[in-house]
Amino acid sequence: VKCTVCRGPAVIDVRRHNANFCGAHFLRLCRDQVAKAIRDHEMLTPDERALVAVSGGKDSLAVWDILVELGYQADGLYVGLGIGEYSDASGEAARAFASQRGLHLVEIDLPAEHGFDIPTGSRAARRAPCSACGLSKRHLFDDAARRGGYDVVVTGHNLDDEAAVLFGNVLRWQTEYLGRQHPVLPARDGFPRKVKPLVRLGEREMAAYCVLRGIDYIVEECPMAAGNRHLGYKEALNAVEATSPGTKHDFYFGFLSRAADRFAGEAAAEREHLGACDRCGAPTPNDVCAFCRLAERAAGAQPVVLGEKPSS
Amino acid sequence: MEAMKVLLRNPRREVDVPGPLSVHTLLNRLELQRETVLVIRGDTLVPGDATLADDDVVEIRPVISGGAT
Repeated sequence: VKCTVCRGPAVIDVRRHNANFCGAHFLRLCRDQVAKAIRDHEMLTPDERALVAVSGGKDSLAVWDILVELGYQADGLYVGLGIGEYSDASGEAARAFASQRGLHLVEIDLPAEHGFDIPTGSRAARRAPCSACGLSKRHLFDDAARRGGYDVVVTGHNLDDEAAVLFGNVLRWQTEYLGRQHPVLPARDGFPRKVKPLVRLGEREMAAYCVLRGIDYIVEECPMAAGNRHLGYKEALNAVEATSPGTKHDFYFGFLSRAADRFAGEAAAEREHLGACDRCGAPTPNDVCAFCRLAERAAGAQPVVLGEKPSS
Repeated sequence: MEAMKVLLRNPRREVDVPGPLSVHTLLNRLELQRETVLVIRGDTLVPGDATLADDDVVEIRPVISGGAT
């Protein structure tokens, strides 16, 4: 197979573009797609300071790498979630990436600074682990961006992530979530702007980008995510994509161009009643924010040891 | 009999597969969707039509990840 651009030997096919690429032209494609996403959705400008939420996985390290390559000011933020060896390894990957490139990595340790880890917090609050993890990370990203004076929080959500979330929201007609699903969430009421520069790239492309750039990311899956609903949606969409390349792209970008506006009113209605959390001051529709409630329920709970069955 | 070494992940394991055969054939034999993995030989990517030999050592790396947020 030959590179569609230069006719040299190709190393990867991208079926939804009906194209093959050599290493150099594939890396250029990735950078061009990120630059286009940033431009099309007015995500950030070179004079703004960006904080990249880094997990040690392929997507977050790739987006950090691409933003720096494109000349943006980007620091990283790693949150230690206390998920056993998985967190140890992901933290090491994030630190190694930052130190090899001379980049600044901000670190927050959830157990050390807030007194609980995700396995314990999710059990104590009777939340799914991915739900407790997501709300903790969103809270800590927002807080770190405010404290550090950053203009924007960058996350590594890619096309597969966004298509799977959209699929789940459509299946249950979660109209408030549909109204918020956009590659840019503008800053408001103490929340920083949040952007997703990888929405034009799939996760196979992000893994390939890391291999070709020599980025040593954590390949192992989070032990708490196994079997979650989101992974099931990805499998379903990949089964469709296998026979009809481009479906995920059309599903997500068709939603943005032809349907997202119809749900914007529902998200706006939800946003109207925000006050400050009594405990931490974060914006919240309640007296106490969801993160502080989670921390409160986790305080004093029996610590969960991964791999052991709950004694209950 | 010689056979190529194939490293699989999640869970991490190694299987021997007799070659030569193409990357596509290998993925079909292992019942893996090509959109969900990368095939890596040494430190570089191997395209789908490449032929893998008995003395190759390849990694089949899953690319699907995902917490729900």
